[in-house]
Amino acid sequence: MGRLSSPQELEKYREGIRRRRDPHQAFITVCGGTGCHASGCHAVVDAFKKVIQEKAKGNGVGLRVTGCHGFCERGPLVVLHPQKVLYQRVKPEDAPKIFEETVLNGKIVESLLYEHPTTGEKIVSEEEVPFYKKQMRIIFGNNGSIDPAQIEDYLAVGGYQALCKALFSMKPEEVIREVKKANLRGRGGGGFPAGLKWEQCRNAPGEIKYVICNADEGDPGAYMDRSLLEGNPHSVLEGMIIGAYAIGAHEGYVFVRHEYPLAVVNIGIAIQQARELGLLGKEILGSGFSFDVQISRGGGAFVAGESTALMATIEGNVGEPRAKHIHTVISGLWDRPTNLNNVETWANVPLIIDRGADWYTQIGTEGSKGTKIFSLVGKVNNTGLVEVPMGITLREIVYDIGGGIPGGKKLKAVQTGGPSGGCIPESLIDLPVDFDRLTEVGSMMGSGGMIVMDESTCMVDVAKYFMNFLKDESCGKCTSCREGTRRMHEILMEITEGRGTLDHLDLLEELGWVTAEASLCALGGTAPNPVLSTLRYFRDEYKEHILNKRCPAKVCRALLKYRILSDVCTMCGRCAKACPVEAISGKVKTKKEKGIPFKIDEQKCIKCGMCFESCKFEAIEVQ
Amino acid sequence: MTQSEIEAIIERYGRKESSILSILQDIQTREKYLPREALEYVGEKLQIPLNKIYRIATFYRALSLMPRGRHEVCVCMGTACHVRGAQRVLDQLKLELGIAPGETTKDLNFTLETVNCLGVCAAGPVVAIDGQYFGKMNPTKVEGTLKQFRSDKKKEAADGKA
Amino acid sequence: MIPITIDGQPVEGKEGENILQVALDAGFDIPHLCYNENVKPYGACRLCLVEVVRRGRSRMTTACTYPVMEGIEVLTQSEKVLRARRMIMELILAMCPGDKLIQDMAKQMGVEQVRFKKDDNKDCILCGLCARVCDEVVGAHAISFAFRGDRREMVPPFLGEAMNCIACGACVVVCPVDVIRMKEEGDERTIIRWKRTLKMKQCKVCGNYFAPWFQLEKFKERAKLPKDFFDVCFTCRG
Ligand SMILES: Cc1cc2nc3c(=O)[nH]c(=O)nc-3n(C[C@H](O)[C@H](O)[C@H](O)COP(=O)(O)O)c2cc1C
Ligand code: SF4
Ligand code: FES
Ligand code: FES
Repeated sequence: MGRLSSPQELEKYREGIRRRRDPHQAFITVCGGTGCHASGCHAVVDAFKKVIQEKAKGNGVGLRVTGCHGFCERGPLVVLHPQKVLYQRVKPEDAPKIFEETVLNGKIVESLLYEHPTTGEKIVSEEEVPFYKKQMRIIFGNNGSIDPAQIEDYLAVGGYQALCKALFSMKPEEVIREVKKANLRGRGGGGFPAGLKWEQCRNAPGEIKYVICNADEGDPGAYMDRSLLEGNPHSVLEGMIIGAYAIGAHEGYVFVRHEYPLAVVNIGIAIQQARELGLLGKEILGSGFSFDVQISRGGGAFVAGESTALMATIEGNVGEPRAKHIHTVISGLWDRPTNLNNVETWANVPLIIDRGADWYTQIGTEGSKGTKIFSLVGKVNNTGLVEVPMGITLREIVYDIGGGIPGGKKLKAVQTGGPSGGCIPESLIDLPVDFDRLTEVGSMMGSGGMIVMDESTCMVDVAKYFMNFLKDESCGKCTSCREGTRRMHEILMEITEGRGTLDHLDLLEELGWVTAEASLCALGGTAPNPVLSTLRYFRDEYKEHILNKRCPAKVCRALLKYRILSDVCTMCGRCAKACPVEAISGKVKTKKEKGIPFKIDEQKCIKCGMCFESCKFEAIEVQ
Repeated sequence: MTQSEIEAIIERYGRKESSILSILQDIQTREKYLPREALEYVGEKLQIPLNKIYRIATFYRALSLMPRGRHEVCVCMGTACHVRGAQRVLDQLKLELGIAPGETTKDLNFTLETVNCLGVCAAGPVVAIDGQYFGKMNPTKVEGTLKQFRSDKKKEAADGKA
Repeated sequence: MIPITIDGQPVEGKEGENILQVALDAGFDIPHLCYNENVKPYGACRLCLVEVVRRGRSRMTTACTYPVMEGIEVLTQSEKVLRARRMIMELILAMCPGDKLIQDMAKQMGVEQVRFKKDDNKDCILCGLCARVCDEVVGAHAISFAFRGDRREMVPPFLGEAMNCIACGACVVVCPVDVIRMKEEGDERTIIRWKRTLKMKQCKVCGNYFAPWFQLEKFKERAKLPKDFFDVCFTCRG
């Protein structure tokens, strides 16, 4: 296929693809996302290939390796179409059976179905699984059905329709008006209205302008941008082309994290395929509008995701932020007007153009429209990526979608916004989730990390964790940010190691205030949030560490004591073997000998918890 | 790495200042570190002063100035992994390997690294060895996981112990 | 001319100037460590914080990086500003407790005690002036920041001898905390911190050692001057 030179040609091409595809034909999708990779989906794909080759004998059973479905916890995931039967935790040896029973005979393999954690009910259809039921997967949904390396798959589900509409029936100003009307807010953290940014960039003086897609995703505990770019790169690309048209830019960059190899590959393939079909490059679809995109890889620095630092990196400088009293939409990359948006922001654009702002604004709350993808992780039963309408409550996310806390433990807090965000206590569980509500309670939307914490999570430790992250990831330019985060971390170390004082709490607050107020970029500006929000809601836990030298969640090592209960000890000797520093003594009981209960030498103990982990009889107590 | 190999990488991205990070990343991928001579060569060709290249090379986590071990053990320290006990996995790895993050074992077999999120949060705690992911780690699994990457002598020793 | 007010007084600045420059010229006292008018403002030390009120909205910002804009109102002594500066000063003092200038500044700003662990093995305040002068004014590109976050350091490439250093001594002069020292012995000059020792050239006229050979060679490459121009020292050229 050569370059398509009109929207009619694109539609004809799309019709051709659709005609060739029988909607009733059976096909198997195996998730090839990174999460499922980690649980071995590669072997599953190979197994299916083999089975199909051997048994299908040309009766046309399709196999498609897709992007992340979001339910990574249960990976590798296999979905059988058209019935949409979901099999989870599939192993290579299951492939022949699935093929035999389900594909050929339409029967269900019970053992591979998802089981409702509380009712025990087996659930057949993907859509009926509670994890998916309350979601609204308008952005992320196609991930599960298309092969990201095939532009045809994207076209078959209506891809590049919005681009045609924008290029051939809307003026750039109209595109901007539509995005403004949809009130699309940036999904990369700040929630800045995208339409407004586009307009400022369009109106900025200058011939050459740039659009950039921010796929640096440095937020630890979040991976939705990765999954979008891996699983549906064309949706991001289409958004960028529409944006470029609206702004009047002819060059674009996708700035993607080096640690995301698959995303780099997939967006590269997408760009190549779009170019070949004339959806990128000179005179897109014969419209007279030209635009092309390059990939730029980030080097593994959180701060390089900040807009000015990102642009410095693309220019070949070190990724250090600079003061932007003149905004980047006026003077950004190479001092030219530059519009930067997050991956997910771009992916929303085709939808808004295609279905219209009126449709889009029906979803969400007053100030936050549309959906948001969160990476729901931590102490929650169903971890994975969830796309929910703005305004859904935390309770619905954690309990209905997430399936609650494992092991019957109690929910303690939900951390949102990554290192810039804060911890929301259990008492605010009915909070509707949108940009403004999260900010009100001292956290923020951020890029969409949502980390669930239970009673075995120590909030002082969490604050310390983030300060450790930030003191490493700060570029180190501003005294207030570099020294502020370092000193906050130092004080938190003191507290978690039993040397804290009550004065430390005031000092933390003062330091936090200065770090936020005096630093140049938003990294410093939001850095104290993890400390300040935990101090706000969990001050007692801090005090417990300081006054009673006790960590209630039993996390802070220096404050723990391991002890073997001699009356429970079965003298099996496992703990002594597990101990890396030979701090445990005793004698193994055998048929011949009586044995001596094991004991921990506190002087030698390094509190690694290996013994606790190894004991099968709950004979080891932690205090 | 020969000069013509470096030259080929430079050609791929173009002889301009903005290519620097991509060039360094490719050298890093090939050599698993950035040899000084390579940086000097690149600096000369792109007309970028060495102090600036050094600054870039030390700024990004993906770049390293030290030779790397044959196997890179990368512990995810993302928030999700952290709350599920990544620190204890790291501590155990440090103990097993006798090195701190960023260091390489004397026999050049392992380099221990931490990364702030591999984006495989659902499987946490995660350790990646040479890009292969090991999910749901805990301290007791460390020794067994490392075993298959041990050099022969160490492997025997480990087998003996187990 | 751009009219602004500083602490209620009307002041005028020129296009392209920053608030710190204008304020210092007008006689206002704003503490600062990483600013030097010969190089581009960098905004690292964060001591020159002021409050800027623009279009009715007030925010704290560093004066050295903020361009003068028509009608802005600058507050250099507000409660907020003083409170933030004090903490920053305390942080800097904790980094290099032994430096006289820092001690004096701290005292003047009312910082009585340091509530953090003092860094005994550090001395540099990471203002970046030395490297900026070396890059922007001298053009030798001998040193730079390296690493990031709390591990940031000012060093020669590869932590060894600064091979591009011409031992001109500009960094020595510009360093606010006086931790870059120069030593001259016989025909050699050493910039101790950058581990760089260079042979000096003798003036054809007075016989004094006046500049490192390497530096003069570099200058010769760049400057289009008669070949023997650099045989005579600055004073004798007169
Ligand atoms: C320290 C820091 C890191 C950031 N990292 C990212 C990131 O990884 N991805 C992202 O999209 N935005 C990131 N941002 C936000 C960007 O600066 C920018 O606001 C965003 O990409 C704009 O896109 P949006 O308006 O579509 O959200 C970061 C900001 C800061 C201060
Ligand atoms: S606030 Fe922190 S990360 Fe941002 S420029 Fe300053 S030092 Fe760098
Ligand atoms: S990677 Fe397979 S569901 Fe996320
Ligand atoms: S003088 Fe302005 S930040 Fe240092």
